[in-house]
Amino acid sequence: MRVQLRHLAHVRSGDKGNTALISVIAYSDPLFEILCEQLTPEAFKAHYRGAITGEVTRHRLDNLGALQFVCEGALGGGVSRSLAMDNFGKALCSAVLGFEVEAPDRMRNLLVNLAEPAAG
Amino acid sequence: MKSIRIGSGSAWMGDRVEPARWSADRGALDYMCFETMAEVTISMAQVRKAEDPNAIGWDPYLDDRMEAVLPGCLKAGTRIVSNQGWVDPEGAADRVRWHLRKLGATGKKVACVTGGVVTDRMDRCGPILETGADPTGFGDALLSAEAYLGAEPIARALGMGADIVITGRCADPALFLGPMLHEFGWTPDDLDRLGAGAAIGHLMECAAQITGGYFSDPGFKDVPEPWNLGFPIADVTEDGACVLGKLEGTGGRISLGSVKEQMLYEVHDPRAYVTPDVVVDFSTAKLTELNDGRVRIEGVTGKPRPERLKVSIGCREGYIGEDMFLYAGPGALDRARLAKRILEERFRIVGLKADEVRIDFVGYNSVHGAATPADAPEPYEVAVRVAARTQTYAEAFKVGREVDGMAVSGVAMTGKRGGHRQRVREVVGVWSAMIDRDAVAPEITMLEV
Repeated sequence: MRVQLRHLAHVRSGDKGNTALISVIAYSDPLFEILCEQLTPEAFKAHYRGAITGEVTRHRLDNLGALQFVCEGALGGGVSRSLAMDNFGKALCSAVLGFEVEAPDRMRNLLVNLAEPAAG
Repeated sequence: MKSIRIGSGSAWMGDRVEPARWSADRGALDYMCFETMAEVTISMAQVRKAEDPNAIGWDPYLDDRMEAVLPGCLKAGTRIVSNQGWVDPEGAADRVRWHLRKLGATGKKVACVTGGVVTDRMDRCGPILETGADPTGFGDALLSAEAYLGAEPIARALGMGADIVITGRCADPALFLGPMLHEFGWTPDDLDRLGAGAAIGHLMECAAQITGGYFSDPGFKDVPEPWNLGFPIADVTEDGACVLGKLEGTGGRISLGSVKEQMLYEVHDPRAYVTPDVVVDFSTAKLTELNDGRVRIEGVTGKPRPERLKVSIGCREGYIGEDMFLYAGPGALDRARLAKRILEERFRIVGLKADEVRIDFVGYNSVHGAATPADAPEPYEVAVRVAARTQTYAEAFKVGREVDGMAVSGVAMTGKRGGHRQRVREVVGVWSAMIDRDAVAPEITMLEV
């Protein structure tokens, strides 16, 4: 089944200069495996469609079930000189909640807040 | 095993004051630590001082915070560590002493940590990290340059008997690590304990961000009473492990999820989070949710501290002019698009000299920009928000003047934003560099009541 990442993980943005730091934290270990496989740095950057102008580096933390994405050139030249209203990029992470992943049907019960399929 | 209890007092300058009062009154704390500085804090304080020499150089909420927590801290014997000194730690420490006297306290010591300002030593800095530029090349544009001090001067001040320690710029985790160094006598080669202690500081310095603040996402991550969050309290043992909790009766919840989010927050490399005192490795951390609603953290490790200290540099970089106006109802987005076109043509006609111009549709693409999905639905309401970065005030002022023109010369059904507000602001650019440790000598001054 294809589902949005928001059912597998929660996210948080941080900032340092012109670099956005986006944490993607799986709700459980089996879901983390799916993310490690499908949310590659390349796929992550492509999902942001040009909003990240520099390199994307991914750090994998098995002990936390989390991926940390270091996104260079994502904050309009830096927090202080950015013309963006959200100059810290605090809400930037929420875009990845819409990233689509392929999850096996047997993991349906691990997905968080997934609407029940319509009856019939 | 010896243990101490540390409470967070604030996560930033604008943070709520009430939860700190609750922790001071009822938390049985040994220490309460306040973090109030952002990267631009010092530079903005310098800009205010340039405009008004009488402007205070410390946290404008210093009085509110001290009035809230000092009675409880004095009663419980809680010592305070705070970076509310900003550009004037001496002035802030003197003000704290004034508060102590007002409360009738005697035999108390307020320490002030200075020595981080390096504006006269730019030649001891390495190249600007972001650009590779010469650190001495800012000229008159330079507003501020301060080294991030570590935990050592804070521990030293506590060792001298300080009840309250006021600092300027220091690394946020150091505010919490200072008391641990003082209480547990950790030495520079206790790398894993230093790493664990700095990690606790990193988790605590954003206060409610670990007790359920900045965490709620309805249906996915629900938080009880998110309007009533308590600040975190850490019980730290001398082996570097800790249990994070909060006061009974406060809202929010500490969970594995909230701890993980905060652990990775603003961290470049989770295996090498650099602080002045130690390089922290979070990849060895072990988190356990206890059945009393607290979370235990252990196993964080450390690597040797960096050879040099990081310096935060602020400089004047021109101006930003900005304004906003509104559309709603059927066709709102089309009208916004035409308004954008008109503004772009107007900026050309009036010869706006800008380094960058940005026109967004709030409600549609202003937050995610290029990452907005191509099939994003049309919003019912749209605000057109325009901003330009310029070298001069006069050029930045043109942005608002052209938005004024949209009132009667623009598109049908344009809504004006109510209330006149400042439409031009100065840009303070923030850069960083590394400086030799021997170019920075932290000093401690003690005031007594």
